[in-house]
Amino acid sequence: MRLEPASEAEAATLVRALARDRTPTRIEGGATRQAVGRPIQTAATLSSRKLAGITLYEPAEMVVAARTGTPLAELEAALAAKGQMLPFEPPDHRVLLGSAGEPTVGGVVAGNLSGPRRLAAGACRDALIGLRFVDGRGELLRTGGRVMKNVTGLDLGKLLCGSWGTLAFLTEATFKVLPRPEAELTLLFEGLPDDRAVALLCAAMGTPFGPSGAAHLPAGVGAPRARTVLRLEGFAESIRYRADRLADRFAEHARAERIEGEASAALWRAIRDVEPLAEPHGRAVWRLSLPPKRGAEAAAAIRAERACNVLYDWSGGLVWLATDEDEDAGCAPIRAIARRFGGHALLLRGSRELRARIAPFHPVADRVRALEAEIAKTFDPFGLFDPGLRAAGT
Amino acid sequence: MTGIAFPAPDPAILARKREIVAALRRLVAAPEAVIDDPVELAPYETDAFTAYRRVPLAVVLPGSTEEVSRVLAYLARERVPVVPRGAGTSLAGGAIPLEDAVVVGVARMNRVLAIDPANRTARVEAGITNLAITQAAAEHGFFYAPDPSSQLACTLAGNIAMNSGGAHCLKYGVTSNNLLGVTLVLTDGSVVELGGEALDAPGYDLVGLVCGSEGQLGIVTEAVVRILPQPEGARPVLLAFASSEAAGACVADIIGAGIVPVAIEFMDNPAIRICEAFAKAGYPTDAAAMLIVEVEGSDAEITAELFRIVAIARRHGVTAVKESRSATETAQIWKGRKSAFGATGRIADYICMDGTIPTGRLPEVLRRMDAIVRGYGLRVANVFHAGDGNLHPLILYDVNDPEQAAKAEAAGADILKLCVEVGGCLTGEHGVGIEKRDLMRHQFTEAELALQAAVRRVFDPAEILNPGKVFPLDLEKAA
Repeated sequence: MRLEPASEAEAATLVRALARDRTPTRIEGGATRQAVGRPIQTAATLSSRKLAGITLYEPAEMVVAARTGTPLAELEAALAAKGQMLPFEPPDHRVLLGSAGEPTVGGVVAGNLSGPRRLAAGACRDALIGLRFVDGRGELLRTGGRVMKNVTGLDLGKLLCGSWGTLAFLTEATFKVLPRPEAELTLLFEGLPDDRAVALLCAAMGTPFGPSGAAHLPAGVGAPRARTVLRLEGFAESIRYRADRLADRFAEHARAERIEGEASAALWRAIRDVEPLAEPHGRAVWRLSLPPKRGAEAAAAIRAERACNVLYDWSGGLVWLATDEDEDAGCAPIRAIARRFGGHALLLRGSRELRARIAPFHPVADRVRALEAEIAKTFDPFGLFDPGLRAAGT
Repeated sequence: MTGIAFPAPDPAILARKREIVAALRRLVAAPEAVIDDPVELAPYETDAFTAYRRVPLAVVLPGSTEEVSRVLAYLARERVPVVPRGAGTSLAGGAIPLEDAVVVGVARMNRVLAIDPANRTARVEAGITNLAITQAAAEHGFFYAPDPSSQLACTLAGNIAMNSGGAHCLKYGVTSNNLLGVTLVLTDGSVVELGGEALDAPGYDLVGLVCGSEGQLGIVTEAVVRILPQPEGARPVLLAFASSEAAGACVADIIGAGIVPVAIEFMDNPAIRICEAFAKAGYPTDAAAMLIVEVEGSDAEITAELFRIVAIARRHGVTAVKESRSATETAQIWKGRKSAFGATGRIADYICMDGTIPTGRLPEVLRRMDAIVRGYGLRVANVFHAGDGNLHPLILYDVNDPEQAAKAEAAGADILKLCVEVGGCLTGEHGVGIEKRDLMRHQFTEAELALQAAVRRVFDPAEILNPGKVFPLDLEKAA
């Protein structure tokens, strides 16, 4: 059964019917990330596809709201037309996941998906200032609002952002936005080994020169030579100045080349979307979130266990890792190492069999899992939404 | 003032004071960490929302997470209400005790545990003051960004409870944007680590939920916060205007031009005069309104950005432009702004509202606020974060005149309802506390409040943590 409400009121009515019959329901936006998480089978699919359109845009207030089924591209184009952007640079995982469809606003919020600029400008959850949603009773509710500062009541938006559809059906999201930078410039250092590259990126983030991207692509990942890249954004004069200072500062490591304009933008899009690790398609892709300075160490420890290709973003705090699917794609050692270095690991891409066998989402401590299960019941008492997607038995 | 109701104290708990105090003394190592003498309890009877006072049953100041865990488990088992406390600087009454409650203060837990420049994080005990984090980070060239005006005194624990902001959060965000992890003690005494040094955590975003939960989910004893590299330089400029409308329009145009300064602060004429008399910051006392706009970067970057900003201000008829010429002048300018509440307190009693509005409605809201306060025969001074629409009208009154006090409270409520009416909210950075508890139904539906309350009860089923705050007392326990 496929349900495509065209209004919030209709969505609430449909969910009330699902609740009455206790119908397990898959929640769907643009369906580009259906292959993330444990494979689930549901009697119904509830899609936000027809809940589309921008509902509020006040450029001078730096605020935009859109229904969750709005294609992300449409929202970003509307912002670009006024010289603005979503600060958190949401990724498009279609190439990585080999999926079709159109990424939506709701999907980005559900996954708390953030690209390279997360390091400097915060994640999706930081830009999200308001949500409207239908809970598992079919009640239309709101959290947050349309103003940038709001501490009124419990911040339920934080729970919903990154809940991957397991708590509620999101209908509308409001974001704070930022001016689109006048120019961008990438400083490229070639040939650095991973540990020195991550040290450079962390040191650069500790300068006042404010890189908005700090990534490392080891040799063989998208190019024969290793590339360590820092992105600067802003007014043209300012980024030239900051690039000079950073190039001087790290001159001992390597001579910095400069990439400007569309070439720079294309490079950061590829990093954002993890494109260099997309092929070959049969390999599993892990997303490790770590204390940035531990990124290279953690990757080295994993490489000592099994062969993999690595891409570092967030100055080492985000490690993408592609590896074969044998031995559960290294699940046990990868999780153990991620934990040891103070982080966690999500299997973002894996075959259906692999995702059914292991837990794609990083397990949390028992006491925290108990809290999460109780929280889920408060939103979705009948367990309708994406049951079992995040963990078996929920 | 007597307008806000408190839950009636439980006589059975009051009668057990001696026994409860004795038990607390067995649970914490330092004997002076348990306070039960009425004279010594007096400093804990209120916070910065001083119109209301309740002397608590006792105060306990644990020295470690383990002690907090033992204390909380005991008090929860005995069904004794707990009021968590940082430095007691809440303007919303978030830390005001109840007579049958034990105040659990984290002020003794104030150590820096680690500053990690490569990770750009600091791990600290939650009782540390906001400014002490920046001071500890400064030797590495870093700072902690959220900067409430009370930053010299207020604790990180309190900042986390209220999700505090500050003048510079236009660029750097509020507490929740700068908080990566917490050690949280739950009412059953269990200790959970949420988040950490990584930029996100697995599972639901419980760090985000705890931030701003006003001490009702657990007690935060340690935290990991983001620290940021100090800018090369920063320079504020004062812009004076002949009307609030012109100043408001200037703010909208600055942001519309793609410029995001680190701070845009607004003061109206009464606020300018009050602050200038106190801080001698060189504010233009004849201006109807004034903006403090601060930008950061290299000298050349600052000069270029201020040039753009001043050009915009000229289009709005700026009557005086005064750029800071030295670190001393910069400090003076900010001293004036940050002492606004204290300086106001020297000339009158006041209550400080904290609603946020869409910035486009600024001129209209300023006009209507003025009319509301005049309608009650009182005066208002406005000083606020204009870039993000977070208002701080200070309603001046005489605390010794019960009639004026009641009028001030009523005017404040009317102002907050106005904020909600124009699309804003009751509180931008101070929190709900007891102050705005009874206004929550103006912003949320019954079902929305019920869901929030249900999530609260996941953490604290008996609602012993900070009872009587945030949620209307008669909220149905549905959901």
